[in-house]
Amino acid sequence: MRAKAMIRLLFMMGAITWLGLVFTDIVVLLSTKISMEPDIPVWLPKLLLNLFILSLFYYYKFKIEHDEVLNFVDLLWRVFATGLIATVISLALRLVSYLLGNTKLANDVVYIDLIYLINIGLMISFLLMAFTAWKRLILYQKSKWLLRFWAFFEYGLLISLLYNSFNFPRIEGLYIALLVTFLLTGLVLSGNMKWVAYLNFRQKWTGLLLLLLTIFYLLYGFYTSSSYASIISAASPYFADYRDHVFILSLISFVTIYSVFSFLVILFNLPTTSVFEQKLEEVVNFQRISQSIQTEQSEESVYNILLETSVSSVFADAAWLEITSSEKKLYTYNITEKEAADIIEHLNKHQVRGILDQGSDKTRNLSRYLSTLKNSRFRSILAFPIYVKNENIGILALLKELPEGFNREMTKIVSTFSNQAGISIENFRLMEEALQNERYKEELKIAKNVQKSLLPEILEKSEAFEIAAFSESADEVGGDYYDTLRISPEQVALIIADVSGKGTTAAFHMSQMKGIFHSLAQDCIEPAEFLVRANQALVNCLERGSFISAIIFLVNTATRTIRYARGGHCPVLYYHATTDQVAYFKDKGVALGMIRSQAYRNFARTSEFSFSPGDVMVLYTDGITEAKNGKGEEFGYDRLATILAESKHLSAREIQDRIISTLYSFSESESLDDDYTTMVVKFN
Amino acid sequence: MIHIKRLQEDGADVIAIIGEIDASSSIELDLAIAKSVGEGYEKILVDCSALEYISSAGLGVFMSYIDEFKDKKIAMVLFGMSDKVANTFQILGLDELLHIAKDKLEAKAMINELQI
Repeated sequence: MRAKAMIRLLFMMGAITWLGLVFTDIVVLLSTKISMEPDIPVWLPKLLLNLFILSLFYYYKFKIEHDEVLNFVDLLWRVFATGLIATVISLALRLVSYLLGNTKLANDVVYIDLIYLINIGLMISFLLMAFTAWKRLILYQKSKWLLRFWAFFEYGLLISLLYNSFNFPRIEGLYIALLVTFLLTGLVLSGNMKWVAYLNFRQKWTGLLLLLLTIFYLLYGFYTSSSYASIISAASPYFADYRDHVFILSLISFVTIYSVFSFLVILFNLPTTSVFEQKLEEVVNFQRISQSIQTEQSEESVYNILLETSVSSVFADAAWLEITSSEKKLYTYNITEKEAADIIEHLNKHQVRGILDQGSDKTRNLSRYLSTLKNSRFRSILAFPIYVKNENIGILALLKELPEGFNREMTKIVSTFSNQAGISIENFRLMEEALQNERYKEELKIAKNVQKSLLPEILEKSEAFEIAAFSESADEVGGDYYDTLRISPEQVALIIADVSGKGTTAAFHMSQMKGIFHSLAQDCIEPAEFLVRANQALVNCLERGSFISAIIFLVNTATRTIRYARGGHCPVLYYHATTDQVAYFKDKGVALGMIRSQAYRNFARTSEFSFSPGDVMVLYTDGITEAKNGKGEEFGYDRLATILAESKHLSAREIQDRIISTLYSFSESESLDDDYTTMVVKFN
Repeated sequence: MIHIKRLQEDGADVIAIIGEIDASSSIELDLAIAKSVGEGYEKILVDCSALEYISSAGLGVFMSYIDEFKDKKIAMVLFGMSDKVANTFQILGLDELLHIAKDKLEAKAMINELQI
């Protein structure tokens, strides 16, 4: 808003100073005409003229210099439009003078002065408009030195206004020196024509026309003003004569020089415009290929962009892109698949090595081989391999109907494109892989949660025994399982199992095991029968090479006996309170899933023993006995037995804590490389 | 790390396993046995004297061939196991399903017996 108000104020000032100029200049002229000393000082019109210039100067500065929307052609258009208005008004005045003919009024010096002042006002307005516009063009690509040079020129011109403001005695030497300085500075500044390069073909033609008309207006305005000035000067020496005005003269010369230079530069740039435009398009295309690697885009779109950009960059008549990796695919442009296949076959038949075969690592221009192919409209062919991670994934072939249609420049460009496409595809694949990994990790997390939730939170309790259990899995999802189930008031089933393998499948098998345990144990079947049935149930779901080791216990608190069957699980560690001995049970048994037939029955055995108060039973998975320390030693069975022997008198929970703390201090690391599970049962 | 060597002796294919078999290296063991079967050997001897450790995945490889060998009448005998490795086989009950000999001599005798 402030800028707008400023612009309005400056315009008002311009109008007022111009009216003042007209008034004072006519007064001075009239006074001198009748040989009278004028009532006002003779330098006042000159001062007002300079104030008028200053107002307009800042008016355009505010209006044009900071308008970001204007482009080059807009600027030229503004200058042209201002010139047009000035010229039309001036011509209209000329018409009025012509109509007045040789009347008294037409020859009156006051009337001529008025016409002259209108013309001067219009011309100055036009010149300042052009000056501001040219400033923007010159400073389009500015350097520090250019800015300083321009500042010197601009402020020098403004200071020169002072020289003309008052009736200083005219010093010929200084006058000439100033004019020459400004002329030379303007000439040097006019060398800055970088903006021309950014015009496209159409804009250049428009620019030429606008500049031509601008030059015409300049010449007309100069001619008109000087002709009026010479008429007036014949009548009176005292009037606002611009002919000795340094500012106006410098401005006229600068604006004219720059207009002419611009016109010539644009004119001579016309023939090379297409090259520049093409280069610009190449850059844009290159960017498109690089940016084509975005989440929503596919490899296919990269291929399409490559095909499209290559064709447009070298003006090919047709092209195809043959992808030979994973799945074969042919992308074509302006050519049928049959035609492409014919050419491929033809080249293969003539044993043209290195163009369309996989082994090619170089770009080849093999146009001469094409000339022997009959019935083909194409006479030039250029082929490029596309590499992803040093692997040739396809070939881009470009075709032209002209013989020798490709030059070295084109080869370079398309080669860059195909390289970039290769990089894009590589990036694309890497990103997809990363996404896949992320998804896999997420799945593992879910599986881990599932596995955790499969383990019981509360274990069965009885007056005859207490149970403590612990399970910790490594980073990956493990397959350790333990559970308890009360079958009747005096019977409780216990299970510990270890699913071979890790990951999501292990968690699935574990959940199957839980289902089997809860459904089979309910019926209070014999432990051996449990294993046989569990094996039968698992055979169909376990994949080749995987199995589940387990031990099932049936604790009878009434008879104080335990019946159990071992299915390939780690042997039970037992403390006999009566004999005060720690030992592993030595019994045979085969893991579930090892034998996939009814023959399993032959290997399943139920054993029985009775427990006494103070007995301790330790169940565990192989993660405990196979845990290694820094030296590569295994934790082993002996260490486990020793812990039990030392802590036999403690509670189940305490024995378990002892085992785990000893294990952690043995392995000397925080990270687990397997699943650790223990279940300690202490009998009362 | 695992290293697997194969050589032929008296019409039997001797597969020597050197090192440790874990989840990743078990694939190599599987490949070696599959190759031997593919080449038509009916007597396969597995030399475990340099086998330091075998994980459940490695045991799964031996396990997975039990039925196939029965169908194709292929005899496989493992020999030279350290006590520790033998224990892992025993715990899972694989010693009841596979033929395990003390040394090569015993293994050869066992395999000839099995063939009859």
